[in-house]
Amino acid sequence: MSQGEHRNPVESFLRMDRMPHIWCPGCGIGIVVNCFVRALLKSKIDVDSVSVVSGIGCTGRIAGYFKVDSFHTTHGRPIPFATGLKTARPDMNIVVLSGEGDLIAIGGNHFIHAARRNVDIKVICVNNFTYAMTGGQVGPTAPLHSIATTAPYGSHERPFNLPFLAESSGATYVARWTTYHVRQLTKAMVDVLNKPGFCFVEAIAPCPTIYQRRNRMGDGLEMMRFYREHSRIANGADTRSLDIEMGGEIVVGKFIDRDRPTYLEAMDEELSKRLGNRYVPYPTGVKR
Amino acid sequence: METRTGMEASIAIAEAVCLCDADIVAAYPITPQTHIVEHLSELVADGKLHANFVPVESEHSAMSVCCGTSAVGARTYTATASQGLALMHEILFIAPALRLPIVMSVANRSLSGPISIWNDHSDVMAERDIGWVQIFAENAQQALDLTIWAFRLAEDRRVSLPVMVNFDGFILSHTIEPVLMPDKETVQAYLPPFEPLLRLDVDAPVSMGPVGIPDIYTETHHVQQVLLTDAYGPIVETLDAFGKHFGREYKPVETYRADDAEVLLLTMGALGETAMEAVDLRRERGQKVGLLRLRLWRPFPFEDLYRAVGRRPVLGVMDRAISYGGPYGPVASEIKAAFYHREQRPRVVEFVAGLGGRDVPISDFDTMFDALFDTLETGRVPEPRLVGLRE
Ligand code: SF4
Repeated sequence: MSQGEHRNPVESFLRMDRMPHIWCPGCGIGIVVNCFVRALLKSKIDVDSVSVVSGIGCTGRIAGYFKVDSFHTTHGRPIPFATGLKTARPDMNIVVLSGEGDLIAIGGNHFIHAARRNVDIKVICVNNFTYAMTGGQVGPTAPLHSIATTAPYGSHERPFNLPFLAESSGATYVARWTTYHVRQLTKAMVDVLNKPGFCFVEAIAPCPTIYQRRNRMGDGLEMMRFYREHSRIANGADTRSLDIEMGGEIVVGKFIDRDRPTYLEAMDEELSKRLGNRYVPYPTGVKR
Repeated sequence: METRTGMEASIAIAEAVCLCDADIVAAYPITPQTHIVEHLSELVADGKLHANFVPVESEHSAMSVCCGTSAVGARTYTATASQGLALMHEILFIAPALRLPIVMSVANRSLSGPISIWNDHSDVMAERDIGWVQIFAENAQQALDLTIWAFRLAEDRRVSLPVMVNFDGFILSHTIEPVLMPDKETVQAYLPPFEPLLRLDVDAPVSMGPVGIPDIYTETHHVQQVLLTDAYGPIVETLDAFGKHFGREYKPVETYRADDAEVLLLTMGALGETAMEAVDLRRERGQKVGLLRLRLWRPFPFEDLYRAVGRRPVLGVMDRAISYGGPYGPVASEIKAAFYHREQRPRVVEFVAGLGGRDVPISDFDTMFDALFDTLETGRVPEPRLVGLRE
């Protein structure tokens, strides 16, 4: 048997020469990568039109492993880099895959403004509730009372509820799944690959090495069991009700699916109205 | 009283900040600085340090918070590295302009790209002109000592400027070394309570940070230049006082077996310690090599440098960063500029080594010493070179 016959279909999308990857056993990031590849396959999207952008952190490493055009940006900046890619190449499908520390803390301003403008990019945020790569400091989604290296007796800060943040900032699609919900997570990714506008998928993922160990939540498998037992699917739920508490219920589902003009559509419309024929969208002749 | 113990330079620094009774710590996680603020947050949570710890959302916010807290008269500390220091860039200029005596540790690390978490000095060299006092530690003890000193100097009312203590990422930040940890009373006897020169005060309102129209902008910058240059006196004075108080001497430029040396090499930071080993090995072979360790980077210690170099004909400078498309090594170019108008000036041989965590073994120092002896013999100064470059 030649080696090829053993191939996992996911492999052809990954830079196998970079394996083994850096992620720990039981980490949820690999599941998200797997779901995303399967979503690419299912969506029948031309892979050459896809570009993956990620920032810094454990999830940020994704860009380096994908065999598509990918951009591993500086900390917090994948959304503006992605906005640049999309604005110059509106025909491309731009996907941001990064962690919550990267996208919501240091890059939080970009997140809300890209959603407000409805930049046509797909943001998949792996939320593991801590800055894992730097050793587990308290982050923007860390549940109240969760332990972190910079919150040794538990966090006293109110965390962000990401679907609510995305919805209120203007996202056209908002969903949350855990890495236990691989089919739904994959489906959400297929949805966003086919939907115009700023689309947001929160992927709640285990970080056994840092977050769970410090909070005594067991290993990767135990976390999957936790997700199974503590998640409730509530499609269309009011995003204001989606706060996550330590050891509490995790409401998952597709919450928002709405249409409004993308950043470039709105610009074209406004400028065409003002300038008529004198307005020629850039780049000329490219599908937006 | 002091205790002899073993700890990472990062932990030693955090303990020093605790001994100095910092009021505020604001920081964002970045490798290899994180152990400092992690330990500080433990000290705060355990009630050993009565401070507020602010886990901000970026380094830009960290330095902004520090400016705010320092402006109301709180003893303020932060730590960062690399991209974090670069992200602070905008605010770094604000602190000295407002005379805010913030103390910051920088666990020196290379800048992207490519992304690198490892050690060199490209982060600090990019911040040369921010108007801060900048000093370098070579080991954990120095990192600890200079942190205590930094508060004393920064808060000296003749100075009232921010101080950056550089210590090499990983090489020091993550290495356990023996240190002598002073006790609280000894530190308190050296470091008086913070009496800010300027502060926001409801009873005597001032405005900080307003617009400087062309009529006064030049003068404000003249003042900053004079202030930082004149900080030299208080720096030497407070370092001497540190020596008397704690028994460990620090000088703006330090030397190692330099007195009778025929050729000198200048280093900054932790690699000075490897260089000392390399000097010893050469000395065993009867070769007269010596070392200069540039401790104070800003204000630049011109006179100390002239004294240390003396009439020596050859001086090698080992940089840990490149000034792309410019005069190559940033430290070497300043050294050369410093000697330009001097009658007595050495031939300066430039090296860059240890970029992005590349190890600099003794053999690399041998390469440098060989080049220095070659220049001594022939009088020829070679082109600047990257030591350890793989062809
Ligand atoms: S530290 Fe946590 S997030 Fe990072 S790879 Fe390991 S398990 Fe995953």
